[in-house]
Amino acid sequence: MVDQPDIHNDDWNGVVDNPWRRLRQFTAARIGLGRSGISLPTKEMLEFQLAHAQARDAVHTPLDFSALTQQLETLAEQYPLLNEEPPLKLHSEAVDRMTYLQRPDLGRRLDEASRVLLRQEQQTPEQPFDLALVIADGLSATAIAHNAVPFIQALCEELNADKQEWTLAPITLVEQARVAVGDDVGELLNAKTVLVLIGERPGLSSPDSLGLYLTWAPVRGLTDARRNCISNVRPEGLNFSEAAHKAGYLLRESRRLQLSGVQLKDRSGALLESADDMAASTEKTATLEHSSAAADNTITTESGQPSALHSTAEAKNFLLS
Amino acid sequence: MHKAYRYSLGSKTYEFRNLADLMARATPARSGDRLAGVIARSAEERAVAQMALADVPLKTFLNEVLIPYEQDEVTRLIIDEHDALAFAPISHFTVGDFRNWLLSDLASSDMLSKIRNGVTPEMAAAVSKIMRNQDLILVAQKCRVITAFRSTIGLPKRLATRLQPNHPTDDMNGIAASILDGLLYGSGDAVIGINPATDNVAQATRLMKLMDEVISKYEIPTQSCVLTHVTNTLECIEQGAPVDLVFQSIGGTEATNSSFGFNLATLAEAEQAALSLQRGTVGNNVMYFETGQGSALSANAHHGLDQQTCETRAYAVARKFNPLLVNTVVGFIGPEYLFDGKEIIRAGLEDHFCAKLLGLPMGCDVCYTNHAEADQNDMDNLLTLLGAAGCSFVMGIPGSDDIMLNYQTTSFHDALYARRVLGLGPSPEFEAWLEKMQIMSNAAGACLNEALPPAFAASLKTLPAGNSESEVSNG
Repeated sequence: MVDQPDIHNDDWNGVVDNPWRRLRQFTAARIGLGRSGISLPTKEMLEFQLAHAQARDAVHTPLDFSALTQQLETLAEQYPLLNEEPPLKLHSEAVDRMTYLQRPDLGRRLDEASRVLLRQEQQTPEQPFDLALVIADGLSATAIAHNAVPFIQALCEELNADKQEWTLAPITLVEQARVAVGDDVGELLNAKTVLVLIGERPGLSSPDSLGLYLTWAPVRGLTDARRNCISNVRPEGLNFSEAAHKAGYLLRESRRLQLSGVQLKDRSGALLESADDMAASTEKTATLEHSSAAADNTITTESGQPSALHSTAEAKNFLLS
Repeated sequence: MHKAYRYSLGSKTYEFRNLADLMARATPARSGDRLAGVIARSAEERAVAQMALADVPLKTFLNEVLIPYEQDEVTRLIIDEHDALAFAPISHFTVGDFRNWLLSDLASSDMLSKIRNGVTPEMAAAVSKIMRNQDLILVAQKCRVITAFRSTIGLPKRLATRLQPNHPTDDMNGIAASILDGLLYGSGDAVIGINPATDNVAQATRLMKLMDEVISKYEIPTQSCVLTHVTNTLECIEQGAPVDLVFQSIGGTEATNSSFGFNLATLAEAEQAALSLQRGTVGNNVMYFETGQGSALSANAHHGLDQQTCETRAYAVARKFNPLLVNTVVGFIGPEYLFDGKEIIRAGLEDHFCAKLLGLPMGCDVCYTNHAEADQNDMDNLLTLLGAAGCSFVMGIPGSDDIMLNYQTTSFHDALYARRVLGLGPSPEFEAWLEKMQIMSNAAGACLNEALPPAFAASLKTLPAGNSESEVSNG
């Protein structure tokens, strides 16, 4: 029968600890939580609530576009590669966050005011830009606030090192936006390639994951099969220089081959190419993909995971020892 | 085109274009139907549609198919497999009569088993639309669906769990750590099922071998499954991998399933291949299916139907292949299909009811994503309601946090809560194993032992002593 603890002992806090908690050296999963009766101990329950609160805030806190604009203007002084024009603030057809969450179709289109603004902007169409960078809030403003500027800085370094010249369109910031909004922006700015930086659906342990989506010859109505994705860009995931390296490779290859999507493979390094990682991405459509029907995962994805999580293949599994 | 349906309310007449339109407008509100443009245009229209639907004879569903027979192999399956003899006792009912009968004492567990092959998915969906949550619970609880492989699923007063030890890089020790955590919390009698991070045949085989060795070493009366595409599992079988269950996500239209990369013939081939391995001990149900409202719409393959009707049609696909487990992944799809806790809870109860009525071993991934208007309290509610409804199994994951798929589902602790508060035991084979291994002193009462069970203590001793303080960061 269950041991009866001595509740008069001052050390007793009602919690049964799990000695296997040390197995957390192998995983970030919440193992060995211990128990109060058969329930979560107070500390573990409150820590979970905090993680969920942070993920919720990532979804619902509006992005501070003026702070972002300032940071980008400072960056532009440092990197002449970036267009000297200040970033343009745009909006999707989703009027607010509640609409955005329920109407993915509206988040994929620029609203009319933004379209007018871009048409005014783009006065000399004879010379297309090589690249348009689009910053979209997506499902995590936190991801953009933390990770967009450092990534663009790393990308500038990557592009500066390239032999060929890159002309960049003015950076655009799009509110209530999904990935495909980049097609509208790229088309209206007359850009050969668009790279969308977007806040990914926040996980409990990763509220600030940035996704990168590259599309060659952007035009409204493209499917996801035409895109390449780099996922989980954040210091604890795929770090900025690695992400910029991958993005630089894809940009050069896309420009050389004049295409993007499934025909463009990332061979920039040993990579995890995973359909299921799409579960973390903003634009995952066929979402009961718990499963991984390959046909659904039409976006070619690369993802970064902390290398510390890899154990050596030869090691005998502890559970089988 | 089929005939329109009309219903007069005072001086006002409501018209519904056809049966599919009537069913869609009668559906309790949810964001996916709004997105598809098939939702009722007012609360009154919904209530009227429910009244009109209640008047529709069940026989109508055999004559007015929602997706043309010629265009859709799921429709052909539904019509061709319909059992007229089983249908006879309910054939004179309208949808409204059917609800009354289901709730009555005439609809005993035995009677519900007898008529199930006479019920089509559309009949089940239609009646569910005019049932309240308590009706869905009460009738589902009367349905008996028992399946088996190495454990028996679906016996009365039992609630099984899928142990879901996912890891973002498929690290073998990381997965084993979560398996151990689950087993020591009494989880895993439905299946130990991994969603692989790297989705290919070689990786699936590695994961199958790991689970097979763990199940063999500790003599666990359960089965394993790698949730990879059915064609991958077929290749694994050809290469001699230890496959217990074949997984596939399924939908309720041929076009949805095509977008998932399979058809009915693929599933038939997979079931035969898995059966040929003869790895079951107490039964031979070898398929594991997952479903979820909204999948057809997200694949742009819904033919103008509401998402719950599409979902129920997927159960015809499942029923054909004698699954051990069917799982509706109810909150995973996101708020554009099920917006908040209220919609997720309703959908979970509908899916469970319809599947049980059609004779499927239905479990539920009681879950939500961080962009849905839902939280742990909503999941507590749905878990408790499903436990009362006799749900076959739920998920079990360390601390509710799936670090690979980035969503929250029920934890090992949650399952013990449900077992204890509702008096539900694990599957009988697993219950005996938990006590033999000294994990639980009284598995039926969900009582865990405090001491580390000896067999597992031995494995933990083999770990290097160093390093034990350094936890992998949650980032």
